[in-house]
Amino acid sequence: MNGRREFLRRTLAGGAAVAGTAACPSAHARGNAEIPPEAIGLLFDSTLCIGCKACVAACKAANDLPLDYNSPVDALWDMPLDTTARTYNVIKAWQSGTGTQRNQQTDGYAFMKSSCLHCIDPSCVSACPVSAMTKDPATGIVQYDADACIGCRYCVAACPFGIPKYDYDSPTGRIGKCELCRHLLPEGKYAACAEVCPTGATLFGKVSALKAEAHRRLALQEGAPTTWPRGNLDTADQPAWEGPAPRYVQHVYGEKEVGGTQMLKLAAVPFEQLGHKPLPERSFSSQSETLQHTLYGGLVLPLAVLGVMSWVARRNVKHDDETDSQDAHAGEKRHD
Amino acid sequence: MTEHIHAAPAPVGGRLLTPVTFTCGVLILAALAILAVRFVLGLGAVTHLNDGYPWGIWVVADVVIGSAFACGGFSIAMLVYIFNKGEYHPLVRPALLASLFGYTLAGVGVIFDLGRWWNFWHILSPAYASPNSVMFEVALCISLYIVVMWIEFSPTFMEKWGMRDARRKLNKVMFFFIALGTVLPMMHQSSLGSLLIVFGTQIHPLWQTMLLPLIFLLSAITIGYAVVLFESCLAAAGYRRSIEMHLLTPLAKVMLGVLAVFMLVRFGDLLWRGALGHAFAANLQAFMFWLETACFLSPFVLLRSERQRRNPARLFVGGALLMLGGVLLRINAFLVGYDTGSGWSYFPSVPELLVTIGMFAIEVLGYIVITRRFPVLPREDAPPTATPAALRAATR
Repeated sequence: MNGRREFLRRTLAGGAAVAGTAACPSAHARGNAEIPPEAIGLLFDSTLCIGCKACVAACKAANDLPLDYNSPVDALWDMPLDTTARTYNVIKAWQSGTGTQRNQQTDGYAFMKSSCLHCIDPSCVSACPVSAMTKDPATGIVQYDADACIGCRYCVAACPFGIPKYDYDSPTGRIGKCELCRHLLPEGKYAACAEVCPTGATLFGKVSALKAEAHRRLALQEGAPTTWPRGNLDTADQPAWEGPAPRYVQHVYGEKEVGGTQMLKLAAVPFEQLGHKPLPERSFSSQSETLQHTLYGGLVLPLAVLGVMSWVARRNVKHDDETDSQDAHAGEKRHD
Repeated sequence: MTEHIHAAPAPVGGRLLTPVTFTCGVLILAALAILAVRFVLGLGAVTHLNDGYPWGIWVVADVVIGSAFACGGFSIAMLVYIFNKGEYHPLVRPALLASLFGYTLAGVGVIFDLGRWWNFWHILSPAYASPNSVMFEVALCISLYIVVMWIEFSPTFMEKWGMRDARRKLNKVMFFFIALGTVLPMMHQSSLGSLLIVFGTQIHPLWQTMLLPLIFLLSAITIGYAVVLFESCLAAAGYRRSIEMHLLTPLAKVMLGVLAVFMLVRFGDLLWRGALGHAFAANLQAFMFWLETACFLSPFVLLRSERQRRNPARLFVGGALLMLGGVLLRINAFLVGYDTGSGWSYFPSVPELLVTIGMFAIEVLGYIVITRRFPVLPREDAPPTATPAALRAATR
């Protein structure tokens, strides 16, 4: 009876210790990661998008991606309904009622871009066990290295936006996702989707500048004439155009969500209706890493437990060996 | 340590080719054939995996559940060597053997699921180390634990092959491997729960909590005892040996004790987070939550008194239901409670299920071959005190 009570007591004490460290992670708590000062990204303004999908085609070309048929039976159209390992960017159409009024909630329609948001504190990077998914310290681009990847798909499962995708149809399948055309940056080019966009709905630039531009737009009076930059906001490589301001939903999606993203989005229709779930401001990776480093930081806790266990086991195993080897010998004798 | 003289382990003996081993062989061959297709044509050719459910039963059943089922060795070692309950010593070897198989297969099973399996070694290479990743920690701990378990189990082979010197030398440092063998499972069994924390709001509130590591660890320990009850009853029936009731009856009590702590943590957490309300919604998640909870509660009813804990049939069913509770907790947390957005669904394909079944068949076959040929189960010289027939009579 004493033994059982002691067992329960120790189990409870151990449990409380783990629970304590898990619940009060002050020692190794980390908040959301900071954005690199020179981080680059995109501003997508749903109100400007006309659904031409030039960006979808340009993305395919820039990244040298294979065709992605809608259906293997009717292999005619490369128009997947969502991003895949072979399609990094799609434009999704939303409509309600008769779907005739552009950027209106009732009887309206709107377009939304779906591609990597390049989180400031990405879950996929925190999840990846082999550093195949990393965040560039300068540009902040969330980049993928297929040569390092083991294909565990933890990144696919972890991403709150469902962005990294795996190619299940290939024996050597890899993860596919937008990497903000990082291979074009050394050539002085920038994200193909922004470069090709005829209305400036997808705009490339430094995140700080894009954020300022987003807030400028939100402050506009509905119908007030304003200029709409296109292409690269930092270099103004393409001429801007003039037009009236729409009525925006007062929310820059990506400014706060899961610690912020380098892709910012504006819309005239509530984001939830455009397939963008509300997300908390604290990044999931900071929660996961705080817990992990509280338990395993410097291996202090595991080594302490190992020390205690070794000490206790040593005391208890000694006698056990003696009886054990006696038993073994007895057994062998009986064998002979 | 209190003195306990036990019968030394000895091979059970007997034929290796039986209907059971033959069936296992067929199931294993079927799984291997499917795996050949998987490696030539890709994961999509044999599984129902998709980008909404990138993890299927090859992860959840073969690795997460498989390794929890393999906690018998860990749970019994804790009892015998840490809590100094020497009387349970005869259970150590059989439990360790099952654990060894469970974990080794979980480790191998991971490779079947890896899309870029030839890079597998990256997870153990410092060049690719990613200490922020929960999976990195799980992979390291499991790999190390498999090695530790082979060392813990090696005296069995040394006895068989008469390596007495090696055994004596190993015995001197065995305490350290035993200690490692308790710390490593604590680390990765808890982290198998922590894997889900980075999924954030994609996991249903009934399962998403910062206490996931503690919930997974406690459930793994109690599953460890349940597996020993289950296995001991099955081995006794299969080999027509006596059931070690004098050990299993008190072990069931230990199991209920840990299970009670688990239930307190589980429901305390749900209440504290205010998430219990979700259990009363009319949806699949709530239904599965109650199914899981019913399985976890059933041993308290089935094994409520000493008299009932002396009934092998009740021990077997109680152990099996607790294992099912552990299965449901893991399936619920990883699959039923996982929602990455509308439009995605997952249910394993037949080939996918056959591979998982084949994996468990390897475990059964390996357990039979090793216990028949190597000294694992306690020697049984005296006529069985409780033959299956006598047991049936007793349970009536």
